[in-house]
Amino acid sequence: MNIKKYLKVYAYFNYSSFSIELEYKVNLFIDLLTSILGLIGSVFLLSIFFSNTNEIGGWNFNQALIIQGIYTILNGVTNTWFNPNLKEIVKYIREGTLDYVLLKPIDSQFWVSFKRISPTGLIEILLGFFVIGYCLYLNNISFSVGSFTFLVITLICSISILYSLWFLISTTTIWFVKTWNATEVLRSFLYMGRFPMDSFSFSLRIFFSTVIPITFITTIPSEVLLGLSPAWKIILEILVSMTFIIFSRRFWKFALRFYTSASS
Amino acid sequence: MKNSTLYKLNTLFKTQYANMLEYRAEIALWAISGVIPFFMLNIWTNNGLNESINISSVMLSRYFLSAFFVRQFSVVWVVFTFEEDALLGRVSPYLIQPLHPFIRYFAQHIAEQITRFPFALFIATFFFILNPQSLWMPSILTIAISIISTFFSFLIQFLMQSIIASFCFWTEKSSSVEKLLFIPTLFLSGLLAPVASFPNYVKSWIYLTPFPYLIDFPASILSGNQTSVVGGLLIQLLWIILFFSIFKKVWKSGTRKFTAMGL
Repeated sequence: MNIKKYLKVYAYFNYSSFSIELEYKVNLFIDLLTSILGLIGSVFLLSIFFSNTNEIGGWNFNQALIIQGIYTILNGVTNTWFNPNLKEIVKYIREGTLDYVLLKPIDSQFWVSFKRISPTGLIEILLGFFVIGYCLYLNNISFSVGSFTFLVITLICSISILYSLWFLISTTTIWFVKTWNATEVLRSFLYMGRFPMDSFSFSLRIFFSTVIPITFITTIPSEVLLGLSPAWKIILEILVSMTFIIFSRRFWKFALRFYTSASS
Repeated sequence: MKNSTLYKLNTLFKTQYANMLEYRAEIALWAISGVIPFFMLNIWTNNGLNESINISSVMLSRYFLSAFFVRQFSVVWVVFTFEEDALLGRVSPYLIQPLHPFIRYFAQHIAEQITRFPFALFIATFFFILNPQSLWMPSILTIAISIISTFFSFLIQFLMQSIIASFCFWTEKSSSVEKLLFIPTLFLSGLLAPVASFPNYVKSWIYLTPFPYLIDFPASILSGNQTSVVGGLLIQLLWIILFFSIFKKVWKSGTRKFTAMGL
């Protein structure tokens, strides 16, 4: 694999999608407003939960706010990279244009996963980091290089798991053609990542750590930031994310064997 | 009577229902994606948060189940369909037909709700198996009134989205406005937390907005929580009349702006 070539292609991808997106400047502004309001809304919901109690599942308000920050960052990542590309994958397969992608002298998974980028999510990522910064102040967390490294590692793992989940669902398009609604199901489940996993009952916690691993996506990075996470959790998260990435790659290769094109 | 409006509507509904049945697997997934109220219920009861707002856990579970039902039958997606139709140039032939294009979309929504009904019932049955103590049988009158208020809620949301959809005549991407409007709908409608639990500084103005009448009001009727039925229904009607007149105006000036796309 020629990394230089891929970087160059990626730069072109970004250039072309930015020029498409910037055509709708008002939309950018509306999307920004949407993400700010979304954050305010979920902080409002948290404040309702905490108005009569000091902690939920062992997390106090300031700590639960960290999860909101992590969620906002990851939601921004989803909106920037995964969501716009996923829509395209569904379209490639339905219209049969995946033929052209497969014929290109470049890895097909790379092409379908990174073709598009939507700048609105970037603002959301920034917003998330602001919240995290504010939480560091609220929780009196002294920030060391060590904890920062672990935060980055766990965040990368979360993003890998998220990517794999989205990509696995889009891959099933090859069989089912219309998977738009399956992604809605995933989206509504991921929504629960806004809350500490300990606040759910035991059976739901099991569900959220195995079937849809939300625990690994938002709760563990937040625990790392608070210094509450034991080492085995971080190692487990790394293992889970690697499994997901390898599995999604294998699954894509497997699914391509069943691709029969359309029309054309 | 082949040309009567009733005949047209009947045919429209029948064809749309057949069309929706074809996509029943997708609609089943839609139904599953509406389970958020059950997760919220889990947070509420698992942390004993309901005690502080004076709602017993049984009543709260009934509330969230009702909220799930109301949401299932008031989901609106007209803006997304209309945006696609406008971009692909399908609106032009619709405009020529002697039937308002939005009646077609309206029929699609109703057909989808009918298709959705068995799936929603299935999820509810599953819920009762897990929470047998929350099983209850509302009276026929209660069911009838909650169906009416759910339909009103659907109408309010359908009209609001139709207004936004009409913006497609000016900008091509009006669905982002809908995503913005969805945020207050999500947090203020009572889908994630009953309005009764809201702090006073929100309760003081929230009833001036249409949001609590979308989920909280119909769900409270169905679950038997306290609410004033007649007043609520009247306010729902007021919102419907208001949004309908706005929609008519926007639509009228929008169709003048209309530039055909595609074919």
